[in-house]
Amino acid sequence: MSSPDTLIGSNTAQGPLVEARGLSHVRDGRTVMAIGDWQLQAHAHALLLGPSGSGKTTFINIVTGLLTPSHGTISVAGEVMSALPPAARDGLRRRTIGLVFQTLRLIPALSVTDNLALAQQLALGQVDRAAIAGMIDRVGLSHRAAARPRQLSQGEGQRAAIARALITRPRLVVADEPTSALDDANAARMIDLMFDVADATGATLLVATHDGRIAHRFANRLNLMAPVAA
Amino acid sequence: MIGLSLAYLKDRGLNTALNILLLALSVASLVILLLFSSQLENRFDKDAAGIDMVVGAKGSPLQLILSSVYHVDIPTGNVPLDTVPLLRRQLGVAEAIPLALGDSFRSFRIVGTEPAYPALLGASLADGRMFAAKMEAVIGADVAARTGAKLGQRFVGGHGMSSGDDGPKHEETPFIVVGRLKPTGTVIDRLILTSVESVWGVHGIEDPGEDHHDGESAEDHEAHAGAAEVTAVLVRFGSPIAAVRLPGFINRQTNLQAAVPAVEVSRLLALVGVGLDAVRAFAVLLMLTAGLSIFVALLTALKEREGDMAMLRVIGASRAAIIGQVASEGLILASAGAALGLLLGHGVIGMAAASIEQLRALGLNAFAFHPGEALIVAAALGIGLIAALIPALRVLKTDIAETLANAR
Repeated sequence: MSSPDTLIGSNTAQGPLVEARGLSHVRDGRTVMAIGDWQLQAHAHALLLGPSGSGKTTFINIVTGLLTPSHGTISVAGEVMSALPPAARDGLRRRTIGLVFQTLRLIPALSVTDNLALAQQLALGQVDRAAIAGMIDRVGLSHRAAARPRQLSQGEGQRAAIARALITRPRLVVADEPTSALDDANAARMIDLMFDVADATGATLLVATHDGRIAHRFANRLNLMAPVAA
Repeated sequence: MIGLSLAYLKDRGLNTALNILLLALSVASLVILLLFSSQLENRFDKDAAGIDMVVGAKGSPLQLILSSVYHVDIPTGNVPLDTVPLLRRQLGVAEAIPLALGDSFRSFRIVGTEPAYPALLGASLADGRMFAAKMEAVIGADVAARTGAKLGQRFVGGHGMSSGDDGPKHEETPFIVVGRLKPTGTVIDRLILTSVESVWGVHGIEDPGEDHHDGESAEDHEAHAGAAEVTAVLVRFGSPIAAVRLPGFINRQTNLQAAVPAVEVSRLLALVGVGLDAVRAFAVLLMLTAGLSIFVALLTALKEREGDMAMLRVIGASRAAIIGQVASEGLILASAGAALGLLLGHGVIGMAAASIEQLRALGLNAFAFHPGEALIVAAALGIGLIAALIPALRVLKTDIAETLANAR
């Protein structure tokens, strides 16, 4: 169950970046996620906190248009994602959202630079080598730019994944468990980096985690509880 | 996305190389078979062009054709010289050209004949003139190139048809080169032409057309001494009636047999064809195996890459782009295999022609292309595409959210 009181970001004239209305999802007769109404304003980085099975991933899938909710709607950048046909969802996601996953989801056959170039090519239809070099430098991977993902350490891989999510300058960056595999120092460094890069590119963070160590860094939190019965 | 396909292929380099090699071997096998059989058939047709019937001593008709039309086997024997005027008298015979075989020079056969023979095969002089007097010779283009013989060059023939320089020589009766032929792409390029009388002279046989002769008969050539004979007579018909009537007429003569090149060649090709068909079936099987191998490789790779595929979809690749990317991997593999196979096939033909005398004699050419090769390449590409598309279509059915959830 959600606790809506903790979620409020400030409303702007442009409207919320993400808006859920009466949102819940039922799978196999079981409610796996129930959020109700929620808004995320631009630049108000938010944390989606909850134990395993509380519906964090389901919510992320719904926000990113990979899943259609059973009840309610979700809007991203003013467009109702859940009402769009698949191709339009792909387009909205491509234009608006960058994703960072817990496990390395870089293409293993490509170097760090080429992973970023591919993301740019797919999202923007063009490659800006200077911007890629700048982004790689910003996440501190200039010395690993030509390395393959399997040659990177866990921390380096996460930084590369963040760079890949941000290189397309998305308005919303959704990160799923970006720190749970890292030790305290690296987890703190990762969050610092995400804040820095997101602020520099104008992106808004929506971070889903069960990692309580980073909770204090977010003023804007959405707490998900354990699964509820339908 | 082509760049991504290349990166994936490079990433599993050994697997990629083996699949390309497997496909290349099958393409090469098919190309070799196609080039070999088509060039052989083409050569058979060209060499026999204009020759409707061959008359020679009784024996194997195929042997008669091989020895007197293609100059690759030993003759069945000799026939009386009277056979030539007998044939020329027959209704419907446009030409009857005698051949007298038995000697060679550096493996090139010396053929006693008439100037009508090179004319029949469409050969013309590059320089010099046609043989006229006894012991004058005109050499084919290959003979000139391989021996370096110039006009006025004298040479001594050796007994036997393929013994090269090892057999007994006719030292006392040297030939003189009076003309060289332009290349024709037929067997005549590899022949030394002279008059029938010259061949008789070499073997100490008296020329029945001469009033006087010295009666010399070298002891070495006792076997050949005796009445003037020819080895075979090439016949060109002037009317189709001759084709129906003459072979039967000839075969009823006690010492003669008539053989029709078209019939014997098709019989030979049918015999060889069974073997070629078996090898062809094997090559097709090899190609299907290569296709299956590409299919398995891509299927396995895609199973490992389901997370990547889902990620690509998430970061903006359309389904069509994903399918195109996988299909392009299959096509790149197939294209590389086909290109390497073509290169390998032509290379093997070239090496075989360069190292095996008999194959060179048959006119195998590595630089000749056959339209059928386009079909082989198309088949290889088709197999590569199908092998890629089946696993690619699985991507369509993939639930991205579920795949990502499993991969997280």
